Amino acid sequence: MCLSIPSQIKHIDAEMNVATVDTMGIERSASLDLIDQDVVIGDYVLIHIGFAMNKINEEDALESLKVYREIIDKMEEQERLEALEEE
Amino acid sequence: MKTIDLAHGNGGEENNELISRIFYKHFKNDILEKSEDAAVIQDGNLAFSTDSFTVSPIIFPGGDIGKLSICGTCNDLAMMGARPKYLTCAVIIEEGFEQKKLERIVKSMKKELEINGAIIVSGDTKVVPRGSVDQIFINTTGIGEIQKKGISSNSITTEDVILVSNSIGKHGATIFANREGIELSTSLKSDCASLWPVVEKLIENDVKITALRDATRGGVSAVLNEWAKQSNVCIEVEENKIPTCEEVNGICEMLGFEALSLANEGTFVLAIKKEDEQKALEVLHSCDISKEAKVIGKVTTSYVEKVILHSAWGTKRFLDTPTGELLPRIC
Amino acid sequence: MSSLVLKDLYDGFRDPEVIKALSHEIKEEAKKLTSPIRVMEVCGGHTHTIMKYGLKQLMPSNIDFIHGPGCPVCVIPKERIDHAFVLAMLDDVILVTLGDMIKVPGSHGSLQKARAQGADVRFVYSPMDTIKIAKQNPNKKIIFFAIGFETTTPMTAALVNYIVKNNISNILFHINHVTVPEPMIELIDSHDEQVNSYDNQIDAFIGPAHVSVISGSKIYEQFPVKYKIPVVVSGFEPIDVMQTMLMIIKQFTQNRCELEVQYTRSVTYEGNLKAQALINKYFIAEGKFKWRGLGRVPNSKLNLKDEFSFLDAEKIYKDILPIDEIDDHHLCICGDIMRGIAKPDECTVFGTICKPSKPMGSCMVSSEGACSAYYKYGNLI
Repeated sequence: MCLSIPSQIKHIDAEMNVATVDTMGIERSASLDLIDQDVVIGDYVLIHIGFAMNKINEEDALESLKVYREIIDKMEEQERLEALEEE
Repeated sequence: MKTIDLAHGNGGEENNELISRIFYKHFKNDILEKSEDAAVIQDGNLAFSTDSFTVSPIIFPGGDIGKLSICGTCNDLAMMGARPKYLTCAVIIEEGFEQKKLERIVKSMKKELEINGAIIVSGDTKVVPRGSVDQIFINTTGIGEIQKKGISSNSITTEDVILVSNSIGKHGATIFANREGIELSTSLKSDCASLWPVVEKLIENDVKITALRDATRGGVSAVLNEWAKQSNVCIEVEENKIPTCEEVNGICEMLGFEALSLANEGTFVLAIKKEDEQKALEVLHSCDISKEAKVIGKVTTSYVEKVILHSAWGTKRFLDTPTGELLPRIC
Repeated sequence: MSSLVLKDLYDGFRDPEVIKALSHEIKEEAKKLTSPIRVMEVCGGHTHTIMKYGLKQLMPSNIDFIHGPGCPVCVIPKERIDHAFVLAMLDDVILVTLGDMIKVPGSHGSLQKARAQGADVRFVYSPMDTIKIAKQNPNKKIIFFAIGFETTTPMTAALVNYIVKNNISNILFHINHVTVPEPMIELIDSHDEQVNSYDNQIDAFIGPAHVSVISGSKIYEQFPVKYKIPVVVSGFEPIDVMQTMLMIIKQFTQNRCELEVQYTRSVTYEGNLKAQALINKYFIAEGKFKWRGLGRVPNSKLNLKDEFSFLDAEKIYKDILPIDEIDDHHLCICGDIMRGIAKPDECTVFGTICKPSKPMGSCMVSSEGACSAYYKYGNLI
């Protein structure tokens, strides 16, 4: 029901409303018939059984990755403090 | 009424079950039951193996059914430490098959025979009505001279480490990507290659080899499970040590596959005595087809007859023998 | 602002250091809980992630997972799998479906068996691949056996749309699309008085990832509001699920009960309105679909609207399709397992009469089912 994967748009055939998408060096075509946002080359989309489902929100993705880096930093700081206390 | 279905040919659980239940039951003998890649006969001096090739498409990036038919059987001999010497070749051709294609396939076979130093000494040709086979099926049977005795999948112990000779899954992923109806385009090529030259070097360098097996149908996952059962041990593998290339990862993501279950035709798994780990890696890295060789795991007795996969964050799970037909999934 | 590369969308959400750090945070936060909590992942894809990455092993002992209905094929009633078999065996029919259907057994066996017996069964990657098959076989009836939750329904709708617009006359549909919120309600508040949903142990739901991309997170609003059960919509990567678990635990320690979205990079409140409109153009949710393990759930199955009956294989082939309902074995307790009332190894037929190669109930049918996962991963989970 849910196997959908992030891919990047490499080429758009406006007439057929189909994009060529790339996933780690594998390219295939994906219909844009279900997408309700405007997409351009370079955008990231989720692909499910031959269709692009939506455009991935890059800002939110980057925000999430930033939060994860902060979680690691916090963890490393804690470990450092614990190591200091032990000394 | 029980019938044979495609899963019975998958190299995994159903395949093994069919072989034991029908073939081993009636053909019972000590040599067969060892279930090695090739039978060891004549007091351990010769290795003897057969394989049939039905791949579709018959021509694929990285090779064709001809190359595969020689690599397949010669590799099975090489996996027992045997130098391939004499092969037979039987073909079953569909009516209407182009003669030009047949010649191309035979030329591929010739090239691969030269790499192995082997010759075809006997053959057979059949032509069947359109639809009876899918273009062409080939069977090759080979005899090799064992250069290092004692290599066996039944002898693995906790003194061994597990290595893989190259990044995995390329053949299976390539075949899938080129199948009709999947329509993926990629620069990925099959890893189809002859393994005897690498094995010969390992033997010449006196590497203490316990077992070798090429990871064909069912992939590395099938080999590790077979070894765990045959040698009555537990094989523990580190997931992040297993080499895979980007494109294989891409196909696995897209279609819901695991690289460990995909077939290889020029990549093999090794069980080497711990003390020769470095030497084995040096020899492997010096050959073109094994430049990405890595140590992937060890042998223990924690869950005997099982394979454990350790993740990079300290969790673990069982790695099962692949089951069923390999098909893309939505879920 | 640094720009995103494709690799970030995979590796960035699988980073081992982040997973370990999140595990640590989860364990710290869970110490503040006053009682254990049990979280259900509704979607088989999440079960797959939890199993594949061993996430249970990273949880503290007061957090437990209840594995949900799993995949959309394992809950299809057996008699409908028999429909697929019967249709496939017709001489002038080519049955087309998605790969997940191949092993699901009905009373006569699976579609794999049907193919072995000479039926023309084709597995496709995308519903649109059906068009090529139809063009290559003008004298055959191509029946698309449609499966899937809301993620996959719009793609079937797109195929219907294409056929209607291009007047393709030899493709028909057997619709088995099911919806997600209705069975979630059924688990905690069953319509069937004879079913014990009272004792359900579900404290929170992990909301499906890609169903939510299509439907929007709005479909889960009733759970915190009416049923006082928080829902956090999660992505599929291991970090997504770990972060979701942390968000759920924090709701409990902070005395909140809300609908939250962890999967912000792809899920919005409204969802994909274009896809929803296409679904609504051709399909309607109606009737009382009998889910395996759950019973009769109202308005959880989609049917083709009346004006498209000419495409509906279920109506056209009505006379030959079996109608008798096939109940699961009376010893099957999948319903209780899905409600967290029982664990797979408490089922009397688990691992003996009922195993992955011979599944008796929905929890064992696919590798995403609770019983199948227990069977495979055993005491390692």
